[in-house]
Amino acid sequence: MFVSFFLGSMLRSATPILFTALGEAYGESAGVLNIGAEGMMLTAAFTAFVAAASANSLLVGVIAGVGTGIVFGLLFAVLVVTLRADQIVIGVGFDIAAAGLTSLGLRVIYGTAQLPVLPSREVVDIAPLSSIPVIGKAFFSQDAMVYLAILLVPVFYYVLYRTRFGLKLRTLGESPMVADTAGVNVFLMRYIILMLVGAMAGLAGTYLSIYQVGFFRDDMTQGRGFIAIGVTMFARWNPVGVFLASLLYGGAESLAGGVQALGFLRTIPNEVVLILPYIFTIGGLVALARRARLPPALAKPYRREL
Amino acid sequence: MMSDAPGCAVRTVGITKRFAGVVANKSIDFDVMTGEIHGLLGENGAGKTTLSSIVSGYYQPDEGEIYVRGKLVRINSPKDALKLGIGMVYQHFSLVPRFKVVENVLLGLDVAGQKTKDLRTLANAITQRSAELGFSIDPWAEVSELSIGERQRVEILKVLFRGASIIILDEPTSVLAPVEVEGLFRTIKSLASQGRSVVFITHKLVEALEFCDRMTVLRSGTKVGTLSKSELQSTREIVQMMFGAEIEPTATRAITRVGDEVLRAEGIVVENDLGQEVVRDVSLTLHGGEVLGLAGVEGNGQKELAEALAAIRPLKAGRILIGGKSISGSNPAEQYDLGVAYITDDRVGEGLVRDLSVSENLVLKSFRRRPYRKGFVIDWRTVEKETDKLIEEYGIVALGPKSIVRTLSGGNLQKLLVARELSSKPIVLIANQPTHGLDARTTQYIHQKLIEQASQGRAVILISNDLDEVFSLSDRIAVIYRGEIIGLLPREQATREQVAHLMVGLRETSGGAQTATETS
Repeated sequence: MFVSFFLGSMLRSATPILFTALGEAYGESAGVLNIGAEGMMLTAAFTAFVAAASANSLLVGVIAGVGTGIVFGLLFAVLVVTLRADQIVIGVGFDIAAAGLTSLGLRVIYGTAQLPVLPSREVVDIAPLSSIPVIGKAFFSQDAMVYLAILLVPVFYYVLYRTRFGLKLRTLGESPMVADTAGVNVFLMRYIILMLVGAMAGLAGTYLSIYQVGFFRDDMTQGRGFIAIGVTMFARWNPVGVFLASLLYGGAESLAGGVQALGFLRTIPNEVVLILPYIFTIGGLVALARRARLPPALAKPYRREL
Repeated sequence: MMSDAPGCAVRTVGITKRFAGVVANKSIDFDVMTGEIHGLLGENGAGKTTLSSIVSGYYQPDEGEIYVRGKLVRINSPKDALKLGIGMVYQHFSLVPRFKVVENVLLGLDVAGQKTKDLRTLANAITQRSAELGFSIDPWAEVSELSIGERQRVEILKVLFRGASIIILDEPTSVLAPVEVEGLFRTIKSLASQGRSVVFITHKLVEALEFCDRMTVLRSGTKVGTLSKSELQSTREIVQMMFGAEIEPTATRAITRVGDEVLRAEGIVVENDLGQEVVRDVSLTLHGGEVLGLAGVEGNGQKELAEALAAIRPLKAGRILIGGKSISGSNPAEQYDLGVAYITDDRVGEGLVRDLSVSENLVLKSFRRRPYRKGFVIDWRTVEKETDKLIEEYGIVALGPKSIVRTLSGGNLQKLLVARELSSKPIVLIANQPTHGLDARTTQYIHQKLIEQASQGRAVILISNDLDEVFSLSDRIAVIYRGEIIGLLPREQATREQVAHLMVGLRETSGGAQTATETS
């Protein structure tokens, strides 16, 4: 029983990280570092909640969240691709702005009143797989977003490593000049990729607010955007690796939750247990990503210059 | 408007391009015929690369027209150029080192409107195509594993697969070993015989004369003239066109009497950044007043050796003595104080700081010393006075001591670097590719400076892959191949052919036949 609960919770904890990290893997492979992922997730979590609450529909919430992500991605592209602003500065700016704006928005819209209650998420049972003992419930009785995240993994992998679009995308991160002289529109490609990066962060934020907990709370992303960036580097931009690393993070988070809920090891303070996923991320990064070879063009604006 | 002669592949009319107010191309008319090898000559900054970048769509001209096969075209991007069959092989290759050969070729195929192929089919086609051109390349090799010459072949294949019928090569020989140059010439000739047009950019006159059908000379952004092979009377004429005045190649330096031993390296082993041993058991001695030429194809350990001598890179084994004293464990600053100056081959990466001023760059190594140091601060007044003096002495074109180094041209950057290193009055001077990519005038100036150093009793190590340079300046010639000194000869006993062969690892055996040394 505990194992089944743990596995299911691991998948749900991994889902938002997975969405964001898949997007980041594409962005970074194309030479754009989106430090603003945290802010994009948080804003999307907020707009998804407001939209879902007012329309009383989770689908409307998803559309709003993804739309928010795309708008952010587009804005990011205008600033860093066209105006060649520093990607780190703009990204951090997004994070700070998002924290303030969502917090303000929440109070403006709902004041001090109770937050509205959302329709509950629908669990999709995949029969007969869901009746397999132990793992059935965990893997085949989840909401649609979890399935979507997992299905996107092979799609992202295939496109990145097996298609021309993927080859061009990776070339942008290696050398935009090579891509340019090969006739690839560097600017257009980066715009498209950044909108995708935004959309993925939007999905992640949406999942956090309207699927995982059903409400919005100040700073509810709690650094997950940064963890996703870490996961991406840890996995060296490989979507399959991103999936596995997200699962590890999800495992750590649900373990922390489980230890807390079941009241094991009462002697250890809660805070210490809650730190687990973050310690895991830092440890993983130090151990593995230390030797990672960053895409040479990462975070560098491109202009034609011989 | 005049109509194009039949067989004209590309023609430009009145091309003008300015960069931040500086005219790089001024009303240039230029044409290339089908099946022709057309040399584009001129010194650095003459506008050769700008003109070809305009034709290949990387830059857009401010004024002027381009005709391709008689039709007026607008080339707004490299993509447009590819569609018109124009392909450029850039000086600094446009390959992704981490990708396989076949992936590099695939990139951009669809943009050029070529049929989509799967990787396997494309790989077979690469093998076949390269055989036709007289070389072989493994399509599944990662580009980073290939030699410079092989990478260039991949570049050429890449533009061919994109369907280019007009191929522009930007200074293709500057990175190659002498033996590789011959191979490149054969490839280019076979391309021309297939009816393709080749534009060959160079500042090496001998190459252009050897195999171009026609030559166009540019000087400070304007076209001086176009000559066909038959019209050419003498090389002097074309030199005059390129420089406006005659420049004699550096005369072979008389061998000098050498002084005391100043540097000795004993069995040194050095690793590169990846931890591979790239200098293996090298021993050498250096005497005051001599020039030791270290010839080698790039990437055979000469850079790491130079860095070890300058104490930038630690020794894995062996020791270095300067003036009889072991210097192991000293850092670059201490080495500098001991009198070792290092002219790096990476001018703006390692040598100079792009965004600092000329005077700041000049005191970068000597600010700890008097008279630049005044208590805890730098005496900028003295620094600037000294900078003014050096700018004048070395003829550096800059707006003054405060101008930012980024704004200087390649030749002036190198003069600045040389000025800084020589002004420290070193005992040992290590010059790594000191004239790479420079025009004849600056090259000659740098050569004179090096000769001057030796005649003042300093020891000079000249690292170069340019045989002319090595032969005209050195007293002794050492050849480095795969991290080992495989030949060390007094200049008067060395022949060019011998050194050229040693550079690619061919050692003469007793029977006179040549064999490759240990293949690993």
